[in-house]
Amino acid sequence: MPNHQINPKKWIDLYSDYLYNYTITRVSDREIAQDLVQDTFLAGLKSMKNFKGEASERTWLISILKRKIIDHYRKINSNKGKAEVRISYNDDSETEGDWLEERVADPFDKTAEDTMQNSELGNAIHNCLGKLPEKQADVFKMKTIQGFETEVICNELNITASNLWVIIHRARTAMADCLKENWF
Amino acid sequence: MSKIKFFIPCDDANHVCDKTQYKEATLWEMIKLNIHLLYCKFCREYTKNNAKLTKVLKKSEVECLDKKCKESMKLDFEKALKEHSDQ
Repeated sequence: MPNHQINPKKWIDLYSDYLYNYTITRVSDREIAQDLVQDTFLAGLKSMKNFKGEASERTWLISILKRKIIDHYRKINSNKGKAEVRISYNDDSETEGDWLEERVADPFDKTAEDTMQNSELGNAIHNCLGKLPEKQADVFKMKTIQGFETEVICNELNITASNLWVIIHRARTAMADCLKENWF
Repeated sequence: MSKIKFFIPCDDANHVCDKTQYKEATLWEMIKLNIHLLYCKFCREYTKNNAKLTKVLKKSEVECLDKKCKESMKLDFEKALKEHSDQ
């Protein structure tokens, strides 16, 4: 059985995006997600000696993150739950003209299956991004996922526009190859 | 500029194709790309995959951390790392 090594110095570069994406699908608030990821890294650092090397670093960090997310929900529930007023739409009172729309399932709402597929797809994308060289991954993320303008990226990373397009081209080819097997 | 160019080499075609994915190509560029695609099988393939990639990425709604946010996270973490190794 391969024994996995632990190296916290590289955690943020390697796993922060993956963990963030994992969190955002579960808490749907950017700032909370950032905090949870940060907490996870710190907690991981503290309990480093408990890492037995049986799972990969990423799996281990995810298991910490899961606890953090659960804790987060416990915390907000205990504050909110006390003050919450519950409204039931189909009580037996004689109020006429209750909105029927509220009782019908919204066909445009995402189903559980969609969400699941999407989070799997998200994982696949992050895996593929992890395989790219660092610079390519950075440029690709900024351009494609965060949607920055070409000029902004060029200034930030100190590259020319044609340079950027070459990088984008390579990254796109690699990403397409990587995702081809399962997702196209 | 003596003659208007209708035919572009594959490199240029791919470049325009990449730009199209971010809606940055001009109309004239897209016309040239489509003329190129009429006779170039490889670029057709590339364009197809490229469009699919864009679609998949859009569908997945992946998010990633902002660079600045990552930097500040790194700073905090390095501090903690130092404290940890000092103990």
